[in-house]
Amino acid sequence: MTTTTLAVLVPALPFLSALAGLLLGRTAPGFVRPLAVLPTLAAAVLAVLVAVRQGGGPAIDSATELTPTGSVPIELALHIDGFAALVGVLVGLVATCVQLYSTAYLRDDPRYPSYAALVSLFTSAMLLVVYSGDLMVLLVGWEIMGICSYFLVGHYWETEAARSASLKAFLVTKLGDVPFLIGLFALAADAGSFRITKILGAVAAGGLDHPTLIALLLLAGVAGKSAQFPLHTWLPDAMAGPTPVSALIHAATMVAAGVYFIARLLPVFAASRAALVVMAVMAAVTMVGSALAALAQDDIKRVLAYSTVGQLGYMTGALAVGDRGAAVFHLLSHGAFKALLFLGAGVIIHAAGTNSLSAMARMDGLAKRIPDAFWTMTIALLALAAIPPFAGFFSKEAVLVAAEHTAAGESEFAPSAAGWLVLVAGVLTALLTAAYATRLWLMAFRGRGAAAPDHGKEPLAMTGVLWLLAVPSIAFGLAAGPLPDWFDGHELSPTLTTSVLGTGAAVVGVMLTYALWQRAAAQAARVPAGLPAVAAAAEVETAVEESAAQAPEVEEVTHEHPAAAAGPVADPGKALLGPLHRHAAAGFHLDAVYTALFVRPVRAGAGLVRFLDREVVDTYVRGAGGGPRLLGALVRRAQTGNVQSYLSALLAGAVVLAIATAVLANVNAGS
Amino acid sequence: MHLAYPAVLAALLFCTGLYGVLARRNAVLVLMSVELMLNAVNLNLVAFDVWLRDALHAGQALTLFTIAIAAAEIGIGLAIVLMVYRNRGTSDVDRLRDTAEGNEPAPGPDQSSVRSEVTA
Repeated sequence: MTTTTLAVLVPALPFLSALAGLLLGRTAPGFVRPLAVLPTLAAAVLAVLVAVRQGGGPAIDSATELTPTGSVPIELALHIDGFAALVGVLVGLVATCVQLYSTAYLRDDPRYPSYAALVSLFTSAMLLVVYSGDLMVLLVGWEIMGICSYFLVGHYWETEAARSASLKAFLVTKLGDVPFLIGLFALAADAGSFRITKILGAVAAGGLDHPTLIALLLLAGVAGKSAQFPLHTWLPDAMAGPTPVSALIHAATMVAAGVYFIARLLPVFAASRAALVVMAVMAAVTMVGSALAALAQDDIKRVLAYSTVGQLGYMTGALAVGDRGAAVFHLLSHGAFKALLFLGAGVIIHAAGTNSLSAMARMDGLAKRIPDAFWTMTIALLALAAIPPFAGFFSKEAVLVAAEHTAAGESEFAPSAAGWLVLVAGVLTALLTAAYATRLWLMAFRGRGAAAPDHGKEPLAMTGVLWLLAVPSIAFGLAAGPLPDWFDGHELSPTLTTSVLGTGAAVVGVMLTYALWQRAAAQAARVPAGLPAVAAAAEVETAVEESAAQAPEVEEVTHEHPAAAAGPVADPGKALLGPLHRHAAAGFHLDAVYTALFVRPVRAGAGLVRFLDREVVDTYVRGAGGGPRLLGALVRRAQTGNVQSYLSALLAGAVVLAIATAVLANVNAGS
Repeated sequence: MHLAYPAVLAALLFCTGLYGVLARRNAVLVLMSVELMLNAVNLNLVAFDVWLRDALHAGQALTLFTIAIAAAEIGIGLAIVLMVYRNRGTSDVDRLRDTAEGNEPAPGPDQSSVRSEVTA
């Protein structure tokens, strides 16, 4: 088979599996698992094959016209360069892992068939986005991902939290998609084509009339999809979905789509320095803010969600300084270790029976109960904290190196201000990232208190996948050498300055958190069961209850579980953040700001419209009915039933008419 | 003979008939008054036919036509009056007020739903 055929099959196989899963899910439940796993696995293998055949050489392009539109044609096009091939492999790998993991994780779920089919559809849409060479076709995949995320986040739709989270995910991403669509049209109108190759050619020839406008419009869509400030609020709430879905959304699909889109069209963004600066500011705010918020979260999945937002900030930052190689490098390594983190978090939740970190901190020996998850989570957290020699170190270094180059003015188009911004925010975030990674590890695995409950061994489908993903989390850094051949050719290996800076920040973060944790733990041990402990326990209890309310899956995937004994918890995050902790825990009150800025005015507007409709428009309608009714009631009075009076009225009318005719005739004759 | 005589006679006859239709209470007398009015018209038709010297005598033809229709009409009318009298024991026009407003039969369930839709 030619590479083109293989590449077409890659998104087509999960799509067919989704169709089959939706059709057969109820009638043939035995086929659901193979139908979910095998096509995804086949797509992953084919993606690897495509990547091998493409081999970082010249891009593979092929196209057939889909719709003659009269102006800008829409083409069914493939454009597979090094970026597309490698991201395709990542998507295939993570989707396969997620599908395998879900067979065990959701084995008792009555809605597993539709869930698996939607995950397949999600995968297929992401692969379509990755391989598509035409922006309209890319948009199709983009929107299918939006609707799939809506369904999957709302998987536990019995609960209010899942319903509102799915609506929020859908609406917030749509808020970005509207300007995105307009931006696509503007871009196609300027470049005369939806084909990526032709658009890039037009950009190279300087054929864009409004580069800043287009870049900013597209950036809005990317901010929504990739959860960048200020449209990131949906991602932490999307934790209401099942954990494997979070892994899929956070690692390979959906949030990666936005970064990947900019990487594809980077020359369009690079044509406008203003857009790059905006992007850098966005990335810097996202990175630092989300890292601070992650440090204050109690729900383990929300910590990971905020860390995703922050890592996406790194990628956007790399794009803002004009190095898409670094961005996609970080995308790939982040995809591997974040999928591992989420799937590992699923195992932890499964074993601990809660997703509250403070509840885990009150359990002894959780690490011994789930050794696979413990070791792989440790690896993934080290990769997240960018400790050498794990994958995250190399990819984050690539971003910092790119930022440093731009800051030094060595970039040909990115402004050095953007470089400084990304560099400073990046180093600061490296510190904070290491801090919250350490906090998560300490609180989850180094808890003190009652022994963790024993639920037996976790299924192989869950633990095996963890070890599979641990391999790239450890070793993907080795790819820093050969990867530039696949990408633009920029050097991706770390330099001395940035690695000292970044690693130093990370080590400081780790040490600081560990020291604070030691102190907090000692304090917690000292405090007797007096008044302060009761107050702290009450606080913790409410936190646990809140996180339990937000996590319907805990009930579903865990076994019967006794409530953990309340007691003081050693939380280094509180000591580290100080008075900021309260605000960071609430995501810096961004949701409250949105409520004040958008939700209330919209509700007030809706109330006004309702008033206008009910009281004003309806009054006219009611009047239009009431007037004739009144007249009718008057006329009904004449309906006496006496035929002779009717005839008299008839005669009187005829006489009046006759007289009138006669008079008029005379008047007319006289004039 | 001058045209005025038959015309005045016809007018008098018509007015008598009209008065009878509008004022009499007995249905049979109302029908007789209708006959009077028809015959007034017939008289007019014949008189004007003669006065105009119509070669086709359209007026006389129309008169024959009217007489035939009047015969049929009085037959059906008297039959109706007879049936009404048998049913109700009276042929008083003033008391036959079934079509008056507020005199409808009680509405059935399906009618009421229709009515409620209309009022809504």
